[in-house]
Amino acid sequence: MKRFALWGVLFALLTPFMLAASPALSGAVEQQALNLTAIYMFVAFVLATLGITYWAAKRTRTASDFYTAGGGITGFQNGLAIAGDYMSAASFLGISGLVFSSGYDGLIYSIGFLVGWPIIMFLIAEQIRNLGKFTFADVSSYRFGQTQIRTMAAVSSLVVVAFYLIAQMVGAGKLIQLLFGLDYWMAVVIVGVLMMVYVIFGGMTATTWVQIIKAALLLCGATFMAGAALYHFGFSPEEMFRQAVEAHPKAGAIMSPGSLVKDPINAISLGLALMFGTAGLPHILMRFFTVPDAKEARKSVFYATGFIGYFYILTFIIGFAAIVLLAQHPEFFKPAALAADGSVIKAQLVTGINGGTNMVAIRLAEAIGGNLFLGFISAVAFATILAVVSGLTLAGASAISHDLYANVIARGRSNETTEIRVSKFATFGLGLVAIGLGIAFESQNVAFMVGLAFAIAASANFPVLVASIFWSKMTTRGALIGGFAGLISAFVLTVLSKAVWGDVLGHVGADGKPVGLFFLDNPAIISIPLSFVCIWIFSRFDYSERAKIDRAAFDAQRVRCETGIGAEGAASH
Amino acid sequence: MQQDLIDAVKAHPRYQELVCTRKCFAWNLTFLMLVMYYGFILVIAFAPKLLGTPLSAGAVTTIGIPIGVVIIISSFILTGVYVFKANGKFDDLTKAIREDLQ
Repeated sequence: MKRFALWGVLFALLTPFMLAASPALSGAVEQQALNLTAIYMFVAFVLATLGITYWAAKRTRTASDFYTAGGGITGFQNGLAIAGDYMSAASFLGISGLVFSSGYDGLIYSIGFLVGWPIIMFLIAEQIRNLGKFTFADVSSYRFGQTQIRTMAAVSSLVVVAFYLIAQMVGAGKLIQLLFGLDYWMAVVIVGVLMMVYVIFGGMTATTWVQIIKAALLLCGATFMAGAALYHFGFSPEEMFRQAVEAHPKAGAIMSPGSLVKDPINAISLGLALMFGTAGLPHILMRFFTVPDAKEARKSVFYATGFIGYFYILTFIIGFAAIVLLAQHPEFFKPAALAADGSVIKAQLVTGINGGTNMVAIRLAEAIGGNLFLGFISAVAFATILAVVSGLTLAGASAISHDLYANVIARGRSNETTEIRVSKFATFGLGLVAIGLGIAFESQNVAFMVGLAFAIAASANFPVLVASIFWSKMTTRGALIGGFAGLISAFVLTVLSKAVWGDVLGHVGADGKPVGLFFLDNPAIISIPLSFVCIWIFSRFDYSERAKIDRAAFDAQRVRCETGIGAEGAASH
Repeated sequence: MQQDLIDAVKAHPRYQELVCTRKCFAWNLTFLMLVMYYGFILVIAFAPKLLGTPLSAGAVTTIGIPIGVVIIISSFILTGVYVFKANGKFDDLTKAIREDLQ
């Protein structure tokens, strides 16, 4: 039954590729000619991953198999999978594009994305592994009133997943339109359907292996690209920087912090959101349950930090090399950006590139390795989106089935079979929602959504998680109010910021420029402390009966958290 | 978990040692990481030109580049330091507690 379903889906997925061939060649203006090399490579990736899904489907029987791959992933494999979750198409294409347009500012972003990892390692990784079972809400609600805290954690997980997912789906549609010459809606549907197949049939096992394969391909591709680029400069970074400064319209300014960071408070606020947001992303935290014990959980953060740091150094090299190398390829630029002799006008280097600066890494692949390498990198970019949305959807589905259904609605009385069934339906539902929202938001500005997801993760999930692990006097009431205070303040302040109030909702000031009602681009510097303060006040002055139970349960939680004694029950596979 | 087991673990001398050393070690490393990162952010916020100083006279490379790379590499090294100590000393202590109680 499963076998036929899989082949049916496979066939259904490949058909649009064949059908797409004719209309796309005539193509819309922004749509590229059909890239056959890229499509063959992507089909090879899809076939391989569907094969893995088929293998994983046979091994996925229990809830533990479905949510956590039975806890049988090693530290190294999980490190690669975590890195894969983190190295999304947005960070590969977005950061190399940012380096291309602003130089050093790209490095500031990369560092912000990376420094959350040591914090995860020191404060929450093994604690989460010892206390939780399937979702991070297992940990934040460990000693508290299950109904309230699980509902709160599930709501904030779903909000984070939803914004992250919309941003990924819209990015996917546009990228695939550019790379493969497919229609936008078709790209969104292919991503949505493949992701549903991986998650529904293969659960966490398939999702993890898809992520591992993609991470390995992306790291190899980026290594080759950065290596070939450095070879061009005789492996001298100084030579690369010198030529980049000569070629870039901002000249020497690309070698130091620029206009990206406007003022001190915005700089610190963004830094807070990037650092602590990572430690509150549900699809990342869920990965700590796929390893057998705390030791492997630690190893996985170590490997992940290494892979991610290495990857960001590569994107930095790729962005700088692109400044020099793309300027020598007028065919990548709009006609308006070219001088009479056919060379690229220096002032038009950033604004004149076809497809925008997000395409920089892709263009560099073409400049370095021709059509074959362009196809490879395009296929890897598509695979990246696919793997990241699968992980996100699985995290969203487990918030619905494990937290909301099994622990809130059924109050722990449901059986495993029903819970798995609910999570599969939830995956299907989330897949449809993702496809629908992806199409609905096609022409919307979704750039703020990843920032919003990080802000909410940092302001709602992270404070509750860290306080519940370390602070013995915290109570259910404090956790509930603190969590919602972070969630609501992060959301409202983002809506009032210039990026949403002005750029998306179209409010303009007297000078006709977009304005916001709130001066920060990222609310973290207000919403994170607000959440902690609410947790403290409402726990401190909580004299309810429930508060006594919450505080009394801390010792047992602490012993299990520190030693892992008692965790075997939860982690028995 | 049984209350008597919890009490037994809490009373175990090695447990106190484990809790204290891990707590100090983890928060010290966290503090180090925060100082490093927010030091960097504060320099960007208040003295961005500092990071634009050339490495040597006539060089294009600025000190901001090696500083950024050093922060990336130190993040990795600090996680490595924690893993080394946790997978060695902390796990030995945990093992000792478990063996005594079983």
